[in-house]
Formats: sequence, structure tokens, C-alpha cells
Amino acid sequence: MPDTGHVPLTLGDLALEVRSKNAGPFWMTLEAFMPDEQTYRIADALITTELISELYHVPPASLQIFRIPDLHVVKVSFPRPVVQGSLHDRDMHAGQHHVPLANTVVPRPSL
Amino acid sequence: MPDQSGPPDSVGILVPTGMLGGGFSPETITRGISLGADVIAVDGGSTDSGPYYLGADVAKTAEAAVRRDLRLLLAAASSARIPLIVGSCGTSGTDSGVNWVADIVNAICAEDGLDLTVAKIFSEQHADQLIAQLERGRIHALPPSEPLDAATLRRCAHIVAMMGHEPIEKALRAGADVVLAGRATDTAVSAAFALMRGMPPGPTWHAAKIVECGGQATTNPRSGGVFARIDQHGFTIEPLDPDTACTPTSVAAHMLYETVNPYTMREPGGTIQVAGARYAAVDERIVRVEGSRFEPAGQYTVKLEGAALTGYETVSFTGIRDPQILRSIDVWAEFFEKTLTEQVESVLELAPGSWGADLRLYGYNAILGELERSPATPAEVGVMLLVSADDQETATAISKLANPLLLHLPLPTMSYLPSFAFATSPAHIDRGAAYEFVLNHVVDVDSPTEMFRLEMKGASDA
Repeated sequence: MPDTGHVPLTLGDLALEVRSKNAGPFWMTLEAFMPDEQTYRIADALITTELISELYHVPPASLQIFRIPDLHVVKVSFPRPVVQGSLHDRDMHAGQHHVPLANTVVPRPSL
Repeated sequence: MPDQSGPPDSVGILVPTGMLGGGFSPETITRGISLGADVIAVDGGSTDSGPYYLGADVAKTAEAAVRRDLRLLLAAASSARIPLIVGSCGTSGTDSGVNWVADIVNAICAEDGLDLTVAKIFSEQHADQLIAQLERGRIHALPPSEPLDAATLRRCAHIVAMMGHEPIEKALRAGADVVLAGRATDTAVSAAFALMRGMPPGPTWHAAKIVECGGQATTNPRSGGVFARIDQHGFTIEPLDPDTACTPTSVAAHMLYETVNPYTMREPGGTIQVAGARYAAVDERIVRVEGSRFEPAGQYTVKLEGAALTGYETVSFTGIRDPQILRSIDVWAEFFEKTLTEQVESVLELAPGSWGADLRLYGYNAILGELERSPATPAEVGVMLLVSADDQETATAISKLANPLLLHLPLPTMSYLPSFAFATSPAHIDRGAAYEFVLNHVVDVDSPTEMFRLEMKGASDA
């Protein structure tokens, strides 16, 4: 459907912060901090095992997803695909791996 | 030495900074002491900066910065007559890391006329002793790692075990004013004194987790230290910077930070359970937490960390600005890898697989690699070539062979040689030995202190 002038809205646009970090040398953890209940519900619906598995090329069974409505946070943890500090590790603290999640386009409500 | 008569109503913990050597203002300490600190606890290390520090047995922090922080902490602890506990000394908590911090402490005590009893707790482990434990079936893998084998233990340049609070408590009970611990859990460093003074484990361990990164649990994570007061029913926490606040959200959210699971956290002796914790504002900058629990484990386990040599590395760097190359940068990168592999085989007679290389296109897709979806054509790219080989000479030789390619390699379809922008001369830097973490395993122990060695020395014993 043509939608002139529409800039896609991403999870990062809606969130207070989307971040990633090592959780020890063998795990990575991502968090989406949403500002309120309404945006939390959007993040909660968007962040699924299938989405994370596709964005990060990790097996669905390795994922742990924590949904924390009190804090308006969705948190995802999975084993680091590349061990910290190895030759092919380009993000020692896993501090930039939130970007694929943050860049995920939020579906617009159907008109 | 602290007064040990009867359990107090509460214990105040001053955590000046997330890491010793990270710096803090003198007012941070003054304020923490005025709030009635019973102990100063500070973390001296982490695995977060990578396996090099454990593998090479060097500290990440600068000696001058550690000395500066310790001078303030030792003076405050001495004048308030409260203990100072430093965990994971020297970044990785190796024996030489403990001795490095101890030498700095002893020098300060001598210079400043402080008469303090200093305890060192060593946590480095020998592969042979661990292999004996492995053969007895007492070492288990943590997810996502595979079961351990003896060869992996033998590959480690250094292995440390993470102590719980018990070895630290043992040193305090023996009269230590200053405890310099090898590798310890971040939480044990802050929990030890409160547990020794009879505070309940649920609130104590939860408070210890919240304070371990200094200002992370506050509204201004760069502000530095925090103060926690633990009692029989819970704990309160506040920042040491009067212009910063702890809010119920900032404190609750800290359980997310660098953890796999935000509700439970395993310590050597059991599991911290915070799913039932309640966070309430006492005022605009102090938070009260109640309802945290600690479930003792059936088996006390001590976690191992080990770093093994992976080889020797050389890094090279060049810059590409030519739009013609940049429009086909994937093709160029593939051509580079193919050409280098062929040349290394023909000139140096090294088979593919006997060495490794990682070509990173900064400005294009270096950080996320294949996770980067259809990156745009960049305006310029920084090309980093990281080479790994069994010895430095070979890594350097491969990098020297790569040098003309990093300077001149065209696209396969081009009929002339471009020249790229080396950032430095020479374009390569030898990095020396490189390491990787290979242990993610725990040892079943009969006693929480059996893997750790305590040495005490008073100023008067010198």
C-alpha cells in the first residue's frame, strides 16, 4: 500500500533505551526499556523467540526472554555466538549488538 | 579491627566506585563515612574487558590510579576504624594481581604511617589439582559450555576460582583491617562483612548485587559511589553524590545489568531470588528494598575462570575512500581474503587453517558482520586486518605479506593498481599473545575456603 511521507517507526524510536552487554564471557543480554505501558505492550508483542532468532542467527532453544511489565522492560539473553575476545569477536563487551533489535520496524496498526 | 560484640541492628556498606582505580571524589568517602559506614568494599576486577588480563596476568587499571584510590580509602578506613575489602585484585584476581595491590597498600601504609593488618587471599589454581577434581567427577559445565576435559585445563595460562564471602569473612575474623582478595564474586566483596555481623542473607546478597557496579543503580551512572544499609528486614540504598538519586526503577533495573536472568543469581553457596522484592521510595533519592530471598544450595560450588593462549596476533590498518572500490567493498574483501590465503600458502608455505585472519570493514559492517542487513555504501572504510598465528614471527610475516594488498589490491575487474591510505607507518602493530576464556565450569567443594589461601601480615610484623 503506498504510504507517502511515512518514515518507519522502530523499536529504538519508541524506547527510552535499547541496550546490549555481555553477561559474563559466554552470554549476551539485550534489554528494551520502554517509557510506558502502551509502548511496553508493543515491545512485548514484537520481541518474540522467532524475531530474536532471525535477527541474531541464534537457535530458538538457546533464548531466554524475560517480560517485566513493572519496569516496562523486555530482556533477552542468549549464548554469545562468538566467544568474547576470540579472533572473530568484533564487539568485546557486546555493547553494540542492540542495534538489530533497536532497528526493528514496529508494525503500524492496520488502517 | 572491628568491634565484634553482638549483632548490630544494621550494617552500612560504602562502595566508592564500580572499580578500584576508576576514581571518585574525596567527598564521596567523607559522605559515606558520615552516613555511618561499617565497611568499605570495592571491586578490583572483572572479566568484562576480555581474557587478556587473566591470560597475560596483568591489570587493566593504571598503578597510579589504583594508588590514588587506595590512599583515600586506606586513610578513611583507618581513621574510621572500619575494614576495607578489595575483591578481584589486579583485574583478574591472579596471585600476582593480589601481590601487586598488596605492594601498593604496604607502600601507602609505610608512607602515611598507617598501622593496618593486611590479609591477602589467593585464588589462583593449578591445573593438576583441578584435573584430580575432574577425575573425581566434581567439575561440572555451566550452560552453554561443554563438559570439561583435562587438556583444556592444561591449555590455560592462568586459572582462578571465584570465592564467595567465606574466605573474606575468615580473614576479617582473623583480625584483618584490609582484605585483598583474589578472584571473588562481585557480590561477595560487599556481602562478607554484613553476613559476618549477622545480617540476613536475602537482603544482604541483594544489596551486594545492587551496589557492585557503583553508580549503575542510580539516575546518574557516572556519579560514582553508593551507600547501602542492611538490616534484619531489608536494605536501603542511596547515591553518595547528593545531586544523584536512587529511584525504585533505577534500583530494580540494576538486576538486569550484565545478568542472564534478572530474577535469580547463583552465588557459590546458593541463589539470590529477587522476584518477590518490593522497591519503595523512602524519599526522593533513597530506596527501601524488602522481600529478597537467598536459597541455600544443596552443594556449594566454586566457579572457575581460565584463559588459554590462542596464538600471537598482528593488527594492520588502512583506509579506503575511493567510491569505485567502496561500491563493491564486499567483492574487494572477498578478493583480499582469497589473494592473501594463496600468497601465504605459496610464499610462506603455510596451509590454510594453520593461521587465522579477521578482515574488518569499519564504517561498513565490521561490528555486526553478517547480522548487518544490506549496509549502505559508505563514504569511507577503515580496513582492519587481524592476523593470528602460532608464534609472533609468523603473524608478523603474514601481515607483511598482506601489506601490499592493504595498500594496492584492486577489484578483480580493475586494470590498474589503486593506492589506499595507510594511517601509520609501519601499517602493522604486533599485539603479542592473545587469549580466550575457556572455562565456564564449577567445582563441588566440601568447604567454601578449601580452594583459597589466606596470608596475613600486620604492619608490626614487617
